[in-house]
Amino acid sequence: MKTDLRVALVGNPNTGKSTLFNTLTGLNQKIGNFPGVTVDKKTGYCTLTDGRTAEIVDLPGTYSLYPKSKDESIVFSILADKANPLKPDLVVVILDATNLKRNLLLYTQVADLKIPVIVALNMMDLAKKSGITIDIDLFSKKLGVPVIPVAARKGEGIDKLKEAISFANKIALQEESIDVEAIAPQLIAQISSELQLDNPYYALQLAHQHEDIKFISPEQNDRIEALEKEFSFHSQKAQATETIARYNFINEVLYDTVKVPETAKEESISNKIDKVLTHRFFGLIIFVGVLLFMFQSIFAWSAYPMELIADGFVWVQNSLHHILPAGPLTGLVVDGVIGGLSGVMVFIPQIAILFAFISILEDTGYMARVTFMMDKLMRKVGLNGKSVVPLIGGFACAVPSIMSTRTIENWKDRMITIMVTPLVTCSARLPIYILLISLVVPNRNVWWIFNLQGLALTGMYVFSLISAVVVAFVLKHVIKGSERGYFIMELPVYRMPRWNNVAFSMYERAKTFVVQAGKVIIAISVILWVLASYGPGDRFEKIDQKYKQPQYARSLKPDELERAIKSEKLENSYAGVLGHTIEPVIRPLGFDWKIGIALITSFAAREVFVGTMAAIYSVEGNAEKMESVQQKMKTAKNPETGQPVFTLAVAFSLMMFYAFAMQCASTVAVVYRETKNWKWPAFQFAYMTVLAYAASLLVYNLLR
Amino acid sequence: MTLSELKKGVVGIVKEFTDLEMSVKLMEMGCLPGEEITIARIAPLGDPIAVNVSGYQLSLRKFEASTIILQ
Repeated sequence: MKTDLRVALVGNPNTGKSTLFNTLTGLNQKIGNFPGVTVDKKTGYCTLTDGRTAEIVDLPGTYSLYPKSKDESIVFSILADKANPLKPDLVVVILDATNLKRNLLLYTQVADLKIPVIVALNMMDLAKKSGITIDIDLFSKKLGVPVIPVAARKGEGIDKLKEAISFANKIALQEESIDVEAIAPQLIAQISSELQLDNPYYALQLAHQHEDIKFISPEQNDRIEALEKEFSFHSQKAQATETIARYNFINEVLYDTVKVPETAKEESISNKIDKVLTHRFFGLIIFVGVLLFMFQSIFAWSAYPMELIADGFVWVQNSLHHILPAGPLTGLVVDGVIGGLSGVMVFIPQIAILFAFISILEDTGYMARVTFMMDKLMRKVGLNGKSVVPLIGGFACAVPSIMSTRTIENWKDRMITIMVTPLVTCSARLPIYILLISLVVPNRNVWWIFNLQGLALTGMYVFSLISAVVVAFVLKHVIKGSERGYFIMELPVYRMPRWNNVAFSMYERAKTFVVQAGKVIIAISVILWVLASYGPGDRFEKIDQKYKQPQYARSLKPDELERAIKSEKLENSYAGVLGHTIEPVIRPLGFDWKIGIALITSFAAREVFVGTMAAIYSVEGNAEKMESVQQKMKTAKNPETGQPVFTLAVAFSLMMFYAFAMQCASTVAVVYRETKNWKWPAFQFAYMTVLAYAASLLVYNLLR
Repeated sequence: MTLSELKKGVVGIVKEFTDLEMSVKLMEMGCLPGEEITIARIAPLGDPIAVNVSGYQLSLRKFEASTIILQ
């Protein structure tokens, strides 16, 4: 889209920046990545009062231009780098009117970069409610920039803001905030003259950040380094001096423009809620209750839509089989591609519901409290208070949970959380556990109320949480992190969730999931389909010819004949050959070649297991006929020994394998997407496979 | 006395910091020398703590609080 000017939104977290962005752009926005980093870049378009179109870029929320996380470092490079394609013509700094003092720090930093700035004074409604009075004209005069009071949630003042954007000056007119040069006079002068910079604050920022900045040349970097040594510049001391000077300026601006009453009303309501929600005793109980509700809802509410989606795909596949001529291409499209797509699509309801919950918890401010309550416990095992939510979400599906780890600022904590989240029992493992447990665990009660099968299933869930915690504890000592961990975090005031934001988050996450994970899962399904549908040499032709002999047609009914052909073809397909090839490796775990095929196909997605078992035992593979798969598996005998294949030892060994192994292409894809480095999914795949093998081996030999 | 030793509900005034790196982050968040600070609540497991400072609520670990010296 052609745009007339580019506007960047800058502000502290929790100032309503995203709400303002949504209000300005409507649904006319897209989420991408900033070049080279995994930071969400939200851009949208806004029609201004004079008919021009402005491109609005939402920059990550930050408290200062000195970055504490990767997200935050984007802000400086976009604002300062003249060559950056996203460099804005105008910056709108969003200030929270209820907390101007801290919010103004970032404003003064941005203003000193001498980019044209206007101020959106958000949450004016809340400020009025709590009795805060602001002399807008005086405030605007003191800063030297237009100040527009808005209430983004209510949509108040938005037209005024659009007008101000239209009429904004092309040159920076803001007042000087602090004497930047006084912080490091010689260094700033030298860098400015050597790099030909016209802005002293930009020069000072380069002195602080040159090591992490990509837009200066290595020679410039070395030169700045040398100059710092020459003038004995100490980055942190200079930052401290600068921050204190800025707050002096801010206090001067605020003392006659803003009047704050002794106690603010809004805060006392928030405090009352906190007395209950973070109570020493009830706080944790309420948290467990919230989790149970969330967990329960993800299962309960998604069951029906998931069934609908699955049935819909089956219907489409069946119809296409009727319409299209039979042949390899039809097979590939209908069974490979569409079959693979259905494997992705069935997870949409779970993802949408999980993200609805997460965005409600974040929006209301409860998430910050969960983090606050759980931090001590999680820190002991190498995680972080913020890891709780992805781990719990892992019960539904690891894919959206791994996406939600972005809220964890500390790199090492985030990596460990991503590494262990797939260990938590996700919903795709559930049908496998149910099938295997019903095969070998008797369906009777112990101690009156506890069903043995139910106990076994609960045991698998608890076991998965324990294993995630233990692995996290080990990784804490393995992964090296350079960033120092902080827990200096704002506890935002409780707010009502913004429902359109919740809806948008559901839509956006589901879309991202389908597009990103969909690509990989379709590719792998196609490969698996080819492997299972074709065999080496002329084996398939020989099978066809063998069953054409009259004795088969006489002794078998047509559908029995078809099943016999199907099963023999599978054994002789590339997948079958592969199964036979890996048999020596998996034999110590108690698995035969048929289970081997299921293991291989399950690496695309675990839920393929039941279907593959069904296909192997020549039953039409779909979940509705699980009873008959179960029957077949129960009666399956080892041809050499005549003993049942699925003994207690084999079933539990298999469950252990599924508990640990990384059998999910979508997760592998999303881990790569979030870490931007194949090293992480490769490491995760390797450690989980090793654990899976070891656990299966142990369990099989213990129970045998 | 440091912030970690302050009693809940008692008003303290920030004097200085013992850790330069931490102080930069704390000052950015509005926790400055001369600023009034009170402990609003302690997490159920005893750490971290939530403090009222500069007109809003900030949470920090006890170790981080121990680097803040009060008047």
